[in-house]
Amino acid sequence: MKARVYVMLKTGVLDPQGEAVRHALGNLGFDGVQGVRQGKVIELDLADGTSEEVIVQMCDKLLANTVIESYRIEVL
Amino acid sequence: MRAAVVVFPGSNCDRDMAVALRAAGANVTMVWHKDASLPDAVDLVAIPGGFSFGDYLRCGAIAAQSPICRAVVAHAERGGYVLGVCNGFQVLTETGLLPGALMRNAELKFICKTVDLTVETADSAFTAGYQAGQALRLPVAHHDGNYTVDPAILAQMQGDDRIAFRYASPLNGSVADIAGVLSENRRVLGMMPHPERAVDQGHGGTDGQALFRELVGQVVQA
Repeated sequence: MKARVYVMLKTGVLDPQGEAVRHALGNLGFDGVQGVRQGKVIELDLADGTSEEVIVQMCDKLLANTVIESYRIEVL
Repeated sequence: MRAAVVVFPGSNCDRDMAVALRAAGANVTMVWHKDASLPDAVDLVAIPGGFSFGDYLRCGAIAAQSPICRAVVAHAERGGYVLGVCNGFQVLTETGLLPGALMRNAELKFICKTVDLTVETADSAFTAGYQAGQALRLPVAHHDGNYTVDPAILAQMQGDDRIAFRYASPLNGSVADIAGVLSENRRVLGMMPHPERAVDQGHGGTDGQALFRELVGQVVQA
């Protein structure tokens, strides 16, 4: 089985990289880009039957820093 | 005083740290990240600067899960001293021994220069060689030194006098210009500036000497 984990900076945490991308889009003439948030996608190739609970533990222990990041798990 | 300096793949300030500690009189052992235990009777663990594990995933995240870090956390929980500099500070926040996190610098640039700092508290073995309010000049060299912490925790830390150093002027986006923080028991210090790169006239400054001298002196007495 496969799962995908989306890691994003929490709402309210300033994302300087996202801001830089927003500026660059503006410079390319793409008007109206009001915000950019940059995150990570982590694809996991897992043993069949791995529970979502175990994936949550992976996220809490390593894949995300929950002080500044939130995550969302998608089991494929 | 017995000190251990942790070496991860990608550490690059480990030998500077050992030189600074030895110059202050410490008996230093280097320990590898795969070691599951610290040498016997270690008083201080120093986690050096560098780019442990290539900064993969997040700075310090992989190092924080290494076998030696479990021993470092246990050492800190027993009341042992821990000093984390630069990447070492990032590792300490990732282990949870210090609150907050270090994000990409606000201007996105790697900052490598000597900066003005203010000592915020002399109330720790690390900072007792300085006066509160004293100005220091120490080198910084980091891409991810933008300290962030929950406002409620920040207020509590400020109330408990746990901010060790601040940048004299905004540097990297850090909340309240924080450059270094102490744990609740004041025995764990994380800081982005490099005191070990300012312990010899040849470094261009010796403002870091007092940290190592006082730390080694105080912990010997303890």
